[in-house]
Order: sequence, then C-alpha cells, then structure tokens
Amino acid sequence: MSALGVVSQLLALLTALLLAPLLSGWVSQCRHWLQNKSGPGLMQPYRMLHKLFNKESVMAEHASPLFRFAPYVIFGCMALASAIVPTLSTDLPLSPAADAIALVGLFALARVFISLAAMDVGTAFGSLGARREMLVGFLAEPALLMVLFCASMISRSTSLTTMVETLAHRDLAIYPSLLLTGVAFTMVSLAENARVPVDNPDTHLELTMIHEALILEYSARHLALLEWAASLKLFAYSCIGLAIFFPWGVAEANSPLALLLALPVLVFKLALGGVTLAVIETASAKMRIFRVPEFLGTAFLLAVIGLLVNVLLGVG
Amino acid sequence: MSRYAPQLINLFATLILLLSFAMISQRRIVSLINLFMMQGAALVAASFLLGYVTHQPELYVSGALTLVLKVFFIPWMLHRIIRKLNVRWDVETLLNIPTTMLVGIALVIFAFSLVLPISRLSHSIAGGSLGIALACVLLSFMMMIVRSKAIPQVIGFLSMENGLIFAATTVTNGMPMIVEFGIALDVLVGVLILGVFMFQIREKFDSLDIHNLEMLKDE
Repeated sequence: MSALGVVSQLLALLTALLLAPLLSGWVSQCRHWLQNKSGPGLMQPYRMLHKLFNKESVMAEHASPLFRFAPYVIFGCMALASAIVPTLSTDLPLSPAADAIALVGLFALARVFISLAAMDVGTAFGSLGARREMLVGFLAEPALLMVLFCASMISRSTSLTTMVETLAHRDLAIYPSLLLTGVAFTMVSLAENARVPVDNPDTHLELTMIHEALILEYSARHLALLEWAASLKLFAYSCIGLAIFFPWGVAEANSPLALLLALPVLVFKLALGGVTLAVIETASAKMRIFRVPEFLGTAFLLAVIGLLVNVLLGVG
Repeated sequence: MSRYAPQLINLFATLILLLSFAMISQRRIVSLINLFMMQGAALVAASFLLGYVTHQPELYVSGALTLVLKVFFIPWMLHRIIRKLNVRWDVETLLNIPTTMLVGIALVIFAFSLVLPISRLSHSIAGGSLGIALACVLLSFMMMIVRSKAIPQVIGFLSMENGLIFAATTVTNGMPMIVEFGIALDVLVGVLILGVFMFQIREKFDSLDIHNLEMLKDE
C-alpha cells in the first residue's frame, strides 16, 4: 500500500463525509421547491450537525453501555461502507477489502445495532421502530443482494470495483436485466433510506415513523452521529446505484489528481440523482406499513426476473 | 444502429415482461388500462424496430395496426366502458398479490427453461425474446384465472394477444398479413362483444363479479 494510495483513500473518505450531508440537504431542498416552499437551504444539515455537536448529551437513566456505544458503531459502519463503494476511483487500498456481499453485511450490522439500541431504553416507540426496521430490513436485504448478483453476473465478479470497471469499459451495450434491477434497486433504496413511500424523513410526529422512532431517545452528539450516518447511508446507496447503472466517469487510477478530476462528475451525477429522488418522493404517497412487504417483495421479484432475463438473453 | 437493434429489441421485450408483472400486481382498473396501453406501445416500438432492421415493410403495417387498435382504440373504449359502468373501484384478487407474483416467477422460470433449447435453433435476430413472449402469455393466462372481475379478465385476454403477436414477430419476423388482419379483427370484435356482455352482466347482477355466473338460475 503506497503513501499515495493512503492519501487517495483518505481523500475519498473525506469526500464522502463532507458530501453526504450536502446530498441530504439537496434532496430536501428539491423537495421543498417541488412543493412550492422556499426550503431550509443547502447548508441546513451542516448547521444541524454543528448545533448538535455543541450540545450536552442527555441519556436515559437505564441506558446500558450498548446504547452509548451504538452511534459510534453505526457511524463507523456507514463511513466504512462509503469508503468501500467506488465513489471516485476503482483503485483504492480499501476497495478489495470487501465485496458486494460484505457490503450488505455491513449495512446489516448497522441495522442490528440501531435496533438493539432503540429497544435498549425500553420505550414503546423504540421497540416499535426496531420491529419495523427489522421488517423492512429482512425484505430489503435479499432484494439488494439480488440486484448486486445481477451486476456480478454481467461482470463475473462480486467485487464492486471489478463491476464498475467491467461495466464502464464495455462498448455501449443495453442490458435489459439492468433495467429490471434498476427499478428494483430504486425501490430498495427508497425503503432502506426511510424515504417517502415507506417512511417520511421529514417528521417525527407520525405513528408510522420508522427511522425517527429509532433515534427518538438520542440527543446531542449521539444524535448528530446517527443523522450523519443516515446521510452517509443515502450517499453510499446513491453511489452503489451510480456505480452499477451509470459507471462512467469514475477514475481508475489511484492518484489524488485523477480523483479530483472525478469529483465534479460525481457531484453532477449525485445532484441529478437527488433531483430524481425528490421527484419520486413528491409524486408518491406514503403507504401503509403493511403494504411495505408487498412493495419490497415486488422489488425482490423484479431483481430475480432481472437475473432470469440475464440467463435467457445471455450477456452482452 | 443495427448493432444495437437486437439489444434494443431485448430491451423492449423486457419492458413488455415488466408491464405484464405490473398488470398482475395492479389493483386499480384505470391504471390497468393505462398499463395495457403502455404494453401495446412497447410492442409497436419492437415491431417498427424489427421491421426497420430486417427491411420488412409488413412489420410496419402490423405495428401500425397494433398502434391504432391496442394503443388508441381499445384503451379508449375500455375507459369509456368503465366510465359508463361507473367501476373505477379497486380490483379484488382471488390470491393475494405476493402469492400471485411468486406464481408468476415460477411461470417465468418455466417459460424460460422451456424456450432455452428452442431459441438456440432460431436464427432470427431476436430469437432470445421468445421466452419472454411465452412468459407474457402465461402471465396473462394467470391474470385471467385469478381475477374475479370482468374488465381485468378482458385486459388479461388482450395482453395475452400482445404476447402472442410479440412471439410471432420476434421468432418468424411477422405472420402472413392475412393472418395478422384476421387476428386484429378478431380482437376488435371480441372486445366489442365483451363490452356488450359487461353491460348485460352488470344489468343482471348489479356487479361485474363473474362468480355470479356460476350460480344456475333454478337451484
């Protein structure tokens, strides 16, 4: 591992950490524009993080060490995930550390910890949120795996970097299977990131909340870490989507200069992705919690059909 | 252009399959009709493209026929019927939707594995799409079986016809013109008659649920 590699890896990680709140802010801003509101501004997530980090943390009396510990684990998972996903370059020291399956495992680890922490204090909302999170999670995970498997069938590897390299380097070919898995992936990421058809990220006044119910008991720096982790998760998911479906423009060298050149492309693609997300969220209504299994079951089936179509029509 | 043509046709085939699944999982009649319209449009695009690539003007005619009938006329008529019958309610399904989708997956696997050896023999440019066409036909069959209301059944019938036409187009580059016209006329007349039937069923039973037809008059 060269010094240059370490620098580029740190640069990629830093980009993820800094861009993630901006992406959340951008999506929220677009949503407000679409709803004819003026919106809180792009910098709002940073302002909120700054405010939360400067507050005094209040803990429930019966909170166990796990409750205290969980935000750091979750933040660590998400930061690692966004370092593994080829955001800026495919040739980073950490990239070969984990393949697509390990990445899904990383998300699962964070999910287990946030659910345990939510149940730890013993409030009604916490356990309710944890149960719902698990309901969404156990359906979303296989669908996500199927989407990733479809991409790995095309590139013949489960490593994310190989996927991006193969998909970006082919002649322009239309993969019908990627159309199906693209729809499936969109549905999964909506559910996993607590977005509108499944959960409403704007409010914690609803009985149907999932994400907000989980973090209801947290305050100050712990809450800040969790919010930041949520933005990082959105960032990581967007980058997985971009890597599989729009892989062009990712640098394949590990020099910091190439990374800096890849940055504007990434920002542009993320901005477009954010607008799309805002449009989807504005156009759809939140569904009942018991319709969520149906929604995610559909995503899973679409991904499976994608795999089947891939088998039938052959690769390329 | 011709390099991407097979891929584009495969893309349209996948789109048709995707729309078939969307139709199975759709509860609302209005959306069902719109989905059917989109499926017709995908079929038209595939026919035009195949006609352009293989230089067969018959395929343009077949595509135009589908366009006029399945994208414009029949959806318009179905919209008119549901407006007149005042049935924009939710569709009930016999099996619940996830189960239906699972059965659908099984049908797709069956169709694909059945067709895989056949499509290797085909020399057509889009021979691989035969499996998708067969899957669409089977899915529409299933839709006709599981739906209990009359209009979704009619749409299932029409969508099955979409699948058949698509199979004929991709494997043999289109049927003889006279057969094509015959089928188009059949479908048109079929829909007209079914439309009349729907009004009659509705008048007799105050509902479009065809389970009412299972009861004999003198029981």
